[in-house]
Amino acid sequence: MTTTTPDVHYLNHEKGFKSWFWTLDHKRLGVMYMWSVIAAFILGGIFALLVRMELMEPNGYVLENAALYGFSDKLSAADLYNHFFTLHGAIMVFLVIIPGIPAALGNFALPMMLGAKDVAYPKLNRFSYHLWLTGAIFFVMALVTKGLDTGWTFYAPYSTSHSDSAVIWATMGAFILGFSSIFTGLNMLVTIHKMRPDGMTWFKMPLFIWAIYATAVIQILATPVIGIALLMLTVERTLGVGIFDPALGGDPVLFEHIFWFYSHPAVYVMILPAMGVVSELIANFSRKPIFGYRSIAFSSVAIAIFSFIVWGHHMFVSGQSDIVNVVFSALTFSVAVPSAIKVFNWVATLYKGSISLDTPMWYALSVIWLFGIGGLTGLWLGTLGTDIHLHDTYFVVAHFHFVMVGSAIFSFIGGIFYWWPKMFGVMYSEGISKLGCAIAFIGFNMTFLPQFVAGSHGMPRRYFDYDPQFEVYNYWSSIGAMVLGVGLSIALYALVRSLMGERKPAPANPWGAVTLDWQCTSPPPPHNFDHAPPVDGPYDHELVRWNDELNGYEPVDPVDGDPNLARMGSAKTV
Amino acid sequence: MIHLVPNLLAVLQSSSEQTPEGSLFFPPKASNFAAEADWLYNFIFWVSVVAFALVIAATVYLVVRYRKSVAPEPQPSPHHSTKLEVIWSVIPSIFLVVMFWKGFELFVDYRKVPAGAYQIQVEGVKWNWTFRYPTGAESNELHVPMGEPVELLISSKDVLHSVFIPAFRVKQDAVPGRYTRLWFEATMPGEFPFYCTEYCGTSHSGMITKAKVYETRAEFDEWLKSALNPYEGKSPAEAGALVWERKGCKTCHTNDGSNLVGPSFKGIWGATREFEDGSTGTVDENYILESIQMPAAKIVKGYQNVMVANGGQELSDEERDFLVAYITSLAN
Repeated sequence: MTTTTPDVHYLNHEKGFKSWFWTLDHKRLGVMYMWSVIAAFILGGIFALLVRMELMEPNGYVLENAALYGFSDKLSAADLYNHFFTLHGAIMVFLVIIPGIPAALGNFALPMMLGAKDVAYPKLNRFSYHLWLTGAIFFVMALVTKGLDTGWTFYAPYSTSHSDSAVIWATMGAFILGFSSIFTGLNMLVTIHKMRPDGMTWFKMPLFIWAIYATAVIQILATPVIGIALLMLTVERTLGVGIFDPALGGDPVLFEHIFWFYSHPAVYVMILPAMGVVSELIANFSRKPIFGYRSIAFSSVAIAIFSFIVWGHHMFVSGQSDIVNVVFSALTFSVAVPSAIKVFNWVATLYKGSISLDTPMWYALSVIWLFGIGGLTGLWLGTLGTDIHLHDTYFVVAHFHFVMVGSAIFSFIGGIFYWWPKMFGVMYSEGISKLGCAIAFIGFNMTFLPQFVAGSHGMPRRYFDYDPQFEVYNYWSSIGAMVLGVGLSIALYALVRSLMGERKPAPANPWGAVTLDWQCTSPPPPHNFDHAPPVDGPYDHELVRWNDELNGYEPVDPVDGDPNLARMGSAKTV
Repeated sequence: MIHLVPNLLAVLQSSSEQTPEGSLFFPPKASNFAAEADWLYNFIFWVSVVAFALVIAATVYLVVRYRKSVAPEPQPSPHHSTKLEVIWSVIPSIFLVVMFWKGFELFVDYRKVPAGAYQIQVEGVKWNWTFRYPTGAESNELHVPMGEPVELLISSKDVLHSVFIPAFRVKQDAVPGRYTRLWFEATMPGEFPFYCTEYCGTSHSGMITKAKVYETRAEFDEWLKSALNPYEGKSPAEAGALVWERKGCKTCHTNDGSNLVGPSFKGIWGATREFEDGSTGTVDENYILESIQMPAAKIVKGYQNVMVANGGQELSDEERDFLVAYITSLAN
């Protein structure tokens, strides 16, 4: 009884481009989403590195030289910079972080966690992926035609009446991606409501499912608003209807309101699923139930609800009324409490655990550090008296990178390492993977910690050249960005390497998790389970036991300790 | 790049003392708001440091203490404690309420403009600031007297901009189509950076000026008088240099031969220029006049059509003449 890869599984039961492109299988869609998101992440990352290279010195030379060597004869170096930071932001937000965990990991793992064969609407699921691809093509069109220089926020009236870039390609791309996100949310919501197996009550759901559920609610309710905002922007830009530009009778602050009405909740589309992943990782690598299951579950829902009523904290100096500012500041602090509760619960879970430090756990522990800083630095920005000085400086840039990259992307990568054995039936090199994580963690802190200080000293965002007094922070930040790039490249290398040459087959359950996704083979059969697996608590770790021969965990009967065949799902490895 | 290390040490050393260069985290405290804003910043900082240190210390301790190297078996342990969860929800909440309240109080100070404040109108345009004083004087750097409340009435001619003076800890967006305002009382004489901090296109990072604080009202009044008629007693070329500086030409056109968004003024007089449409022309008085009034008519090869007529400024006929004289004087 050794670990072997099953002969027939979802990756090989059908072959060829068409079998992937037209697949209805949630696992294949999840895997395609993952590779697509990684590709977009690499593109967005290249823009980030170009931006950091330019900022290494106060009057940087990288883009000046690019302009000089005819890289772009139409754009000045300053314009080139503006295009790069805009494309970095737009790609990372719309193509990477928003779809990252819900669409890639959610698609792959969620139906299996429910012991189900697929999501509720497989065709809608495929349509959402095709919409993602279409949206991505629109972004690429923007990139290759006239670029984009509005900032990812598309603030009017610059975007409607002044920018000479491919604004409409980009807004239409984001519009289409919005529908992809809405459909994914809808699918997840219905799947969770209707396809839970017998015995899985709401409070027996893994916390990842709670997180995806809360995320889905936001995706469905908030995304249409940005769709409308971007359509109005497009109408104003093409037809000259005055909605936002005061020269045409509009109001630019209106755009800020409807933009942030979506984009603030969107931050929670990024962070809630990440919190779900971290909750899974901490519980499973501590081999004990998560501490305070109900408060984590409820805090996900609370965050989802509060996220709709705090958007105005992006606009404390926009000219909105003073009373509105005070109300939004107060409401903003209400989000801080459930976020803090989650962190405390993660730490408390470690108490009396049996902790194993495999790569996914390295990422989860990194997130406690990174989200700690990202969350706490939000306090200065929610506090009216301090936000006035810090708004639109590098302090804000550092804050949201700690949340959106440090927390969301690190969780996403941790989730990839966690589900990788299940996805491809192989184990990666722990040594190389941990090295990648450690270097990325150090690089990330080096990149963004100095930016807080640059910001509190008053360095504004989106500056191409800057006052020499800020050089020291920018220099270390740029070095850090390169270290971060090296770390993430090593992580990617570790994953790709595991698929090449001599593969190390993964057992059905390498981590000892008891959620249902680990009860089928690695990789799973096309239909996941031959018969519905029995449902127990998601974190009853005494239901599995390490088996040296399997090099993984096997289900056991908690009473007599014998192997429990009934819990083996499709049971093909035995 | 090695010099940056001692640089950093120097900053650390000066962290406790208030110098014109500022402290570890802040620029100098040069307005009535600075002390209170920095106090609040530091309050949140230390609360956060303690909270963060506790979380990280607990994480590290627990990971080291409960780490199992091989085949970890689940151990019996608590899953829930209402008492603990109430404690760690309520204690942070108390701190959060304090932060909100202190921030709110300070915000009220920020928004309550004292009666009789000295009002200066600020107008942002891509990519220049104009300041208008009650006497009718105009400038492109902000000039204020120390120890008097000053109100800025802010507007924008085109896109969103934002007034940001880090040393004063004040910021307010300039929104086209409406007025916004802020106030402060400068407490330290000197010159402080004044940034645009709402992205406004190509030369956003060039939309920088200074806030100059005069120690006495007499000094300020003297400047006000000279600002009323800035060209008096100057040769046309000297006056042109002033126009170049004051009217924002210099944000895009240098006088030293280096090229920014637009071509430099240095050495173009009499030169033959190649245009985007392939034609050529010589730089003379009429070419310069046309380029000021109708910038799109001839775009020099390698540049973009981003300038608006008169650079978005209201230039008088006299000021255009001065500019022509200035560019002539920059001939090789």
